[in-house]
Formats: sequence, structure tokens, C-alpha cells
Amino acid sequence: MSHAVLSSQRPSADTEATALEVRGLGKSFAIGGLFSRESVRALHGVDLTIGRGEIVALVGESGSGKSTLARCVARLERPSSGEILLDGVDVLKRDRFQASRAFRSQLQMVFQDPFGSLNPAHRVEHFLRRSLVIHRKGGSSETETQQRLEELMTTVGLQADMLNSYPHELSGGQRQRVAIARALAVEPRVILADEPTSMLDVSVRIGVLNLMRKLRDEQGISMLYITHDLASARYLADRTAVMFAGELVEEGESLDLLASPAHPYTQLLVSAVPDPARAGSYDPVRRAELRQAVMASTSCAFDSDPNQACSAEEPVRHGVGDPENRHWVRCHLYRPQAGAGGHALATEPTDNKASA
Amino acid sequence: MTVSQVSFGSHEPVLDVKNLTVKYIGDTRSTTAVDRVSFSIGTGEVFGLAGESGCGKSTIANSIMRLLKDPAKIAAGSISFGGKDVLAMSPEELRRFRWQDVAMVFQSAMNSLNPVLTIGEQIVDIFTTHAGYSRKESLRRAGQLLELVRIDPARLKSYPHQLSGGMRQRAVIAMAVALKPSLLILDEPTTALDVVVQQEIMAQIKELQRELGFSVLFITHDMSLMVELSHRMAVMYGGRIVETAKAQDVYANPRHPYTQALMGAFPPLTGPRVPLTGLPDGVKFRNIPDLTEAAPGHFVAPFGADAEAAVLEGAAR
Repeated sequence: MSHAVLSSQRPSADTEATALEVRGLGKSFAIGGLFSRESVRALHGVDLTIGRGEIVALVGESGSGKSTLARCVARLERPSSGEILLDGVDVLKRDRFQASRAFRSQLQMVFQDPFGSLNPAHRVEHFLRRSLVIHRKGGSSETETQQRLEELMTTVGLQADMLNSYPHELSGGQRQRVAIARALAVEPRVILADEPTSMLDVSVRIGVLNLMRKLRDEQGISMLYITHDLASARYLADRTAVMFAGELVEEGESLDLLASPAHPYTQLLVSAVPDPARAGSYDPVRRAELRQAVMASTSCAFDSDPNQACSAEEPVRHGVGDPENRHWVRCHLYRPQAGAGGHALATEPTDNKASA
Repeated sequence: MTVSQVSFGSHEPVLDVKNLTVKYIGDTRSTTAVDRVSFSIGTGEVFGLAGESGCGKSTIANSIMRLLKDPAKIAAGSISFGGKDVLAMSPEELRRFRWQDVAMVFQSAMNSLNPVLTIGEQIVDIFTTHAGYSRKESLRRAGQLLELVRIDPARLKSYPHQLSGGMRQRAVIAMAVALKPSLLILDEPTTALDVVVQQEIMAQIKELQRELGFSVLFITHDMSLMVELSHRMAVMYGGRIVETAKAQDVYANPRHPYTQALMGAFPPLTGPRVPLTGLPDGVKFRNIPDLTEAAPGHFVAPFGADAEAAVLEGAAR
């Protein structure tokens, strides 16, 4: 049985064109009572670029800030600092107080839970028609709208007669396809997909990932794919960025990054993926070393980097391997600042400290 | 050799399930959630049940614990535990059977802890009610138990919300093995956890299992995790077992198209990126026949040469 190897390069020629750029994004949440001055730093200084027609995966554990990043970019949350550039325009400056309709028609989100994101009281047609009407994408006549609705259903691999179904009549995978069709209805340039497959049955997950790839290939839509599943990031995304404690620690071409992870945190994640081929490879000693390296590294593996000197204060990015892979890693010496993430990792392994 | 005779540990089965059929009886129609399922688990053996949501795997676990509630009914079959008929137990026998003989860790077990009681109080409760130890003795044993899953005994005074998800899950596992049951049922014990924590908990379960020698019924949809932990496994589809063999055999040589589809649903972490298809929408297997032995110890439900199965075979892996 022969298989075509999936292209690791996106098809479009304009590799340089940027669809979405995030610069120095930060987000703090106030905690405690009304007069409390404490806050949790969920995101800090995140720089991320997504090219036209490129799929970038953002991976990390729960609490690492990946969903906060998506919510900030989708303007569901107001970032504390930084810039969000869509096609080169800083949208935070352009529509200062809330996202404009124009912004929404450029960027759409697909959420984790297709059971919660579709109103159970409405038929599938309602969701799609609403998107078309609000963003005036339905054409000038009812016939055109109807045609567009059916087209959308076909695009996401659903039968046109399912337009009359209620969400409860659909399976999880079908619901997620409806959610994707709803996002597609406004003809966005960027789709943010926050764990779109984690609530689905295993056998239909691949189908949804394949659909996302198809949309990118056929319509050139850029995507930010947020997941905790490294294997699916490798399968779908051109590039993968790793987030830890609200900051990016490593980024690169997906195959290269997962084949040779350079940051101890990425190494930790990769080593923890269940894989029958290396069953029994779990080594508590090695694990403890990695944790130590993540939380308080005393040396950096890239201290001989001629381009960037190591620094414990600045989040220096060292290049890894062939520049072609655009693979960089944050200097190991730089320690995660107290933030939302990292607590579980810091306290999980042996819990020696008595704290009652 | 029949299916129930193949076991990995000792040949004396701890649990023997024969032709179990469970129906959910509704007003207008009833559904067969588990259909003529047979398997057995030997002493010290880890047996895995794989399948997707709705395939009946949790219903089987609940049947073994006798936790099924209306409208679910065990319509046929038998469950015997150490020679005793579980389905015929009196309420008093059941009370002893649960937790002392068979303990279960539920899917979101970490949320099953009582938020207003400390971890210590909840563990002590097990010892005083089920084993009749004094409070002081119970407290001592509770401390030992936490140490067993590498949590500082000082945490006995902590409330559940003061522990991380992984620690809570480990506390629940400690509670499950408190009375040294001979069978531990793990129903998706790590689905709510991050991979790093998941791996550590699985390693801990493996270690406990080796140390205490109990048998495990391990339920999950994650084939990779299952193959790593289980000695033997069965794949379920629509209430039927479609394939059962040693876990390594299923991994190396999945025979049923559904098993192949499940295996193909997990993209690999190494090698070239090849397209996967998973299970195409709308493909269904119906009237799954009884298992036949396809290779020594490898039982597969015949799937015939129908077109659907052929498509799947080409698509998977």
C-alpha cells in the first residue's frame, strides 16, 4: 500500500506574506477581592506569526495560556499589552473598544465543545444563515443564499439535507463540522481552532483534522491550531510553537521540532506522549532532571551560540539546526516568571515540601 | 481453547464474564448496550477494554460493580468473581464486595472527592467503615497510603481544592487500593489530565500493580495508552467485542477493520507525514458475529468480504 507523503510546505507561493502577527502580547488577570492588587500573569511577551495559508499549532499543557492567547487574539478578552496585526493592521488600535464586524469577518473561532457552541433550539440552517446575513455574504437573492448554504455543507463534508437537523440529531464530529461551516460562512482569512477535536470520538478526529487541512489547501485559510496533542500538531501543522507558563519557549517546523526538541519543556512533553513502540521508556530520574531543567536550569545547551549570547534576564532566542526549519528555542537560563502556568509542573513530581 | 481460557497471569481467573447482555429498556424501544460479551481476567493480569464512547465499555464496568440503575437491565449472562456469582449477591455481600474485593476509579475521579472534607478524613472513612480500624490506626494507614502514591502524608490535612488535578487523581487511586482489592477497575483514569501527569500516573499504577499484585480492568479509548499498560485487551464496537488478543499482538497485527481504524486514528510521532483517514463517516458494522480464533490466542469477529470492510482495510494505517 503506497501513500503520498503529505506536503510539509504549504502550497501557496507567498510564503513571506503574513496573515496574523502577534507582538509582545501580555495578559494579566486580577485575582482576589475588589481591592486586591494581585494579579496572575497568564501571557507575557508572546510573539507569533502566521503566514497566509499556513497552519501553526500552539501546544502546551492546560494552564499554559494557550487558550488565553486565542481568546485575546479573537478579542474575547482584552490583552494587557502588545499588538495584534491582521494583514498588517493593528486591530487593537483600529477598533479600540470591541471587535468590529470587519474584524470578525476576517477572523473566526472554532471552539472545543461542539455540544456547547451550538444552540440546541435551532436548526443547523439557522447558524449558517445567521452568519451569512450578519456579514452580508449570502448574495442578493434567497436562491443564492440557499445555494451558498448547500455549498458550505458540502465543503465540510455534510449532507445538504442536514440543514434541517437540530444539533442533538448530529454526532459530535458532525456538530464540529457545522461549527466549522459557520466559521467558513463569513469567508475568514484566519481561523482560530481551540482544541477542536479533543471532545470528539477518536475515530472521527482525523476526519476533522483532514477537513482543516483541506480548507487550508483549497481556500488558503490560515489557522492557529491550539492543542495539547503533539501527535496531531505534527500531523496537521506546518509549524509548531510550544507554550509554557504563558510564554513561548520553542518554535519551528513541526517535523523538525518534534524530532529534535531543544527546550527541556518540549523534551518533557514529547517524552510523555504514550507510544507503544517505546513502552516502558519512562524513567523517573530523567523526568526529575527535565523538570529541574525546566524550572531552574543552571546551564544552557546553546551557550556557544555565536549569534545570541545567553541571558538569564532576557528571553533570548537561539536558532536550532538548519535555518530553513525556522526552529528557535528560548535560552534555557531564562526562568519562567511567576505566572499562571508551571505550578503543576513545579509541585507534581515528588511533593517533598510539607505544606499544610 | 476458548476466549475465556486465555489469560496472562495465573490460569485461575479472578473475574469471569460470560455472555453478558445489558439492555437499556425504554418506553417505546430498548437498546442493547452490551451484547453477549465474554472475557476473563487472571490474577495479576491487566486486561484492557478499548472502544469509543457508547460502545458499552463503561456499562460493563458498572455491571461488574452492580452499579447499573434503571432503565439498564442485565438481560442475560453471568459475572463471577473468585467463583462467587456477582449477580446473585445480597445487599450485605455487595457491600463487602465493593471496595474490598473490587474497587473502581471513575473517569473524573478527582472530582469525586468531597470538597468539604480533608483528604485525610475521606481516607480514614474507608478504614473505619469497611475495615473497622480505630481512628488512630486508620490515620496511620492513611498516611502510608499517600506515601504509596508519593504524596506527602502532611497532605492529609489538605482539602481537595488545595491539590493539583494529578495529585487528586493519585489520592483517589490510593483510596481505591486502600483495602487491597483483588481487582481494580480503571475507567478512563487519566483522560482529564495532561500528558506529563498522565504518564506519571500510569507508571504509578503499573508500580502499584506489581507491588500489590491486583488485577486490573483498564478502560480507555486511547489505544497507545492501552497497549502500553495492558497484557491482554479487547476492542469493543456497538456492544460487541470485535477482537481480543495479547495487547502486543493487537498492536502489531490488528485484524478487524475497526481495530485498524482505531489504531490509524492516532498520528505517529515519528516517520514521514502520511494521510490517515480514521473511520469514514457513516461506516457501520452490523450483526457482528461471534469471535473465532484467527491465530493462536488471537480472536477476531469475522467481518467478511463486504465492500465497507475492504474500504476500511485500505484506509487504515
